[in-house]
Amino acid sequence: MLILDDTQTLLKTSAADFLAARSPVKALRALRDAGAPEGLDHALWQEMAGLGWPGALIPEDSGGSAIGYKGMGQILEETGRVLLASPLLSSSVVATSLLLEAGSTTQKEIWLPRLARGEVRAALALDEQPRHAPDVCQTHATPQGHGYVLHGAKCFVPDAVGADLLLVVASLSPDRKVEEAVAEAGIFLVPANTPGLDCTSLRMVDSRNAARVELGGVELPDSARLGEGSPVRQALSFALDAGRIGLAAEMLGNAQEAFDRTLRYLKLREQFGVAIGSFQALKHRAASLYCELELTRSAVLAALGALDCARDEVPALASLAKAKACEVIELMSNEAIQMHGGIGMTDAEEIGFFLKRARVAQQLYGDASFHRARYATLMGY
Amino acid sequence: MSPMDEFKRETRAWLQANCPQSMRTPMPEDERCWGGRGASFKNPDSALWLARMAEQGWTVPTWPRAYGGGGLTPAEAQVLEAEMSTLGCRQPLFGFGISMLGPVLLKHGTEAQKQAFLPPIARGEIRWCQGYSEPGAGSDLANLQTRAEDCGDHFRINGQKIWTSYAHLSDWIFCLVRTSSERKQGGISFLLLDMQSPGVETRPITLISGASAFCETFFTDVKVPKSQLVGQLNEGWTIAKELLQHERGMISRIGRAIGGAIPAVETLAQRYLGDATGRISDPVLRDEVTRHAMNERAFELTMQRAGETSAAGTAADGLSSFFKYYGTEQNKRKFELILKCAGTRALGWEGEEFTAEELAICRTWLRSKGNSIEGGTSEIQLNVIAKRVLGLPD
Ligand SMILES: Cc1cc2nc3c(=O)[nH]c(=O)nc-3n(C[C@H](O)[C@H](O)[C@H](O)COP(=O)(O)OP(=O)(O)OC[C@H]3O[C@@H](n4cnc5c(N)ncnc54)[C@H](O)[C@@H]3O)c2cc1C
Repeated sequence: MLILDDTQTLLKTSAADFLAARSPVKALRALRDAGAPEGLDHALWQEMAGLGWPGALIPEDSGGSAIGYKGMGQILEETGRVLLASPLLSSSVVATSLLLEAGSTTQKEIWLPRLARGEVRAALALDEQPRHAPDVCQTHATPQGHGYVLHGAKCFVPDAVGADLLLVVASLSPDRKVEEAVAEAGIFLVPANTPGLDCTSLRMVDSRNAARVELGGVELPDSARLGEGSPVRQALSFALDAGRIGLAAEMLGNAQEAFDRTLRYLKLREQFGVAIGSFQALKHRAASLYCELELTRSAVLAALGALDCARDEVPALASLAKAKACEVIELMSNEAIQMHGGIGMTDAEEIGFFLKRARVAQQLYGDASFHRARYATLMGY
Repeated sequence: MSPMDEFKRETRAWLQANCPQSMRTPMPEDERCWGGRGASFKNPDSALWLARMAEQGWTVPTWPRAYGGGGLTPAEAQVLEAEMSTLGCRQPLFGFGISMLGPVLLKHGTEAQKQAFLPPIARGEIRWCQGYSEPGAGSDLANLQTRAEDCGDHFRINGQKIWTSYAHLSDWIFCLVRTSSERKQGGISFLLLDMQSPGVETRPITLISGASAFCETFFTDVKVPKSQLVGQLNEGWTIAKELLQHERGMISRIGRAIGGAIPAVETLAQRYLGDATGRISDPVLRDEVTRHAMNERAFELTMQRAGETSAAGTAADGLSSFFKYYGTEQNKRKFELILKCAGTRALGWEGEEFTAEELAICRTWLRSKGNSIEGGTSEIQLNVIAKRVLGLPD
């Protein structure tokens, strides 16, 4: 099904109402101006927890709300519309999916209920390159006694500042061969206060929380290894795909809102004695953006549905959704500024915030060309 | 087992029993069945398949049984379509009758008109053509000048149509005529007429693809009984626009229907540019082909979503323009990409040096250029979206 059921529709509209009231775009501006690296309204996060959002993917018997991926996608789309700064994607989708997929019973018992309640925020520390490259891993875990020592650096970890738990991907390949790095990767649960872990805030253009993380001899017990030794590669791949799809939903919300705002402006702004929206050069561009948005929406809905109930289709649909979202949001954000004219260039007008978030979201978990190449490989051509 | 599962099972069983093997193979362009008095069947199975499907009412699955249809609900029709595509069954009948005229007659025709015209359409006995465009009335269709004068019990038609697809092979034409010059749109009427009427003349026009698929059509003092007026006098424009919606739906799917005969871009790219592992060796073309394939997938998902939305009773306005615009532009991109991948192999015009498929690619590439012109150009579709969907001012 590519349409929403009644529960999902209700969830979407109530999320929209809640976010419009509690966190309109000016909330992001306020966080930016306050300059706090965490970039999070803690009271709001607790309210979100009250609505069951951080626990959306977590089963009820682990304290979650079991809303599911498709429902979570509706919430994320709405967060994209208001440019909500929160760890909902990084912690409640990516890290949570990873724990659900690969965590041992004990690890799940410890972390899932606290994640669901929003008491704990977790972040996946994976990327070591400026462009998403999940197969590159030089961070290294060396066995030592009844545990491991981690060395390395992660150059871009979303929502790491203030996170309580980092899920660090590290290679276990004994001779440090780069090709085997990910095949033999382990994922380690590293509490933020572990000695040797160093987190430096990155001031990003989208005013969202991100950090460079260094691991200088971080010592961990055996029990810190996710899955306690069972292979985690598939789980990582699934969690990343969940992140890509969730992010594509967020980006759809961003692009849709930028489109709606631009459309309003086209009807409002007059030049040459008429609304600028009567000029065919702008009409046709708006109409073609509409088509692109519709295609993206279908791809996102199909991918969200696959996460819930057609797992073998997830990799291809994740790449489809993320690639389309990247393409449409790039076009949309550029057109939005252009069609606003001079006012679109000002900090006072909010449309620029959509552009800024768009580019960071494009890079995160793979851009359009990354996902086209991946799609082609998955399809065998 | 739910009634729908039951229907699915029965449908599959019927198709398996009744669809000839040769009708389960990709359909070459020259085996498409358009029906009509002069229909000829290159493959005799096509005639058999048409007769069996017509007997079931499944050439037009959702039309009422009384008019030759299958009486299926939209959901059942979807099941039938899905089963046909799973088994690879060909669509038994094409044409303007089933996809364009039929739906508007069902809505606007008198009972006598429905009885007279719909069953022969459903059985593929009468082939229809469309007399809309004129030399001075293309995108500005309402500017049409072909006149119908009131002569008591009949109209007398004088004027010229152009780009009338398959007029020379058709039995009847549905035609827009001017019955009043007082108002532009409000002076147009919708008429049906027999192409064998005295005073009708057609002259085929050769296309860039070499085919003679459309004609100039001339009307000189053609007598048309008043019973062949559809809807009210001077109120044909509404019907004309409705019919265009059906036409756009049909054209947006055309690439996919013909696609049966010409493989997907990625398949051809692999064939012409694949390395030993099947990977497309040129990295730039690989990226372009993939982008195309992904857009194709997203477009199919969007058609599926639109189907689900309308089954749920909340169809969005302007979707037919979106599908027409995007589907035809996508089909043109498809052929440009195939040309890039196959190089000079796809540029043969005729002769034994090229495979039938290569020659078909070249001709279909040329024909695809018309997809974004016929049925309202891409620019006109964008105008419609801007106005109807986005509410942008004139
Ligand atoms: C293969 C094929 C089959 C056809 N079959 C039939 C048929 O069976 N029956 C029938 O009646 N007709 C048929 N047509 C005709 C078709 O409907 C017209 O060609 C079409 O409506 C365009 O009209 P035109 O050719 O006069 O182009 P024009 O209207 O002259 O257009 C020329 C260019 O100007 C652009 N343009 C025009 N107006 C605007 C505007 N307002 N804004 C922006 N751009 C504009 C167009 O988009 C186009 O690019 C067929 C055409 C083709 C190509």
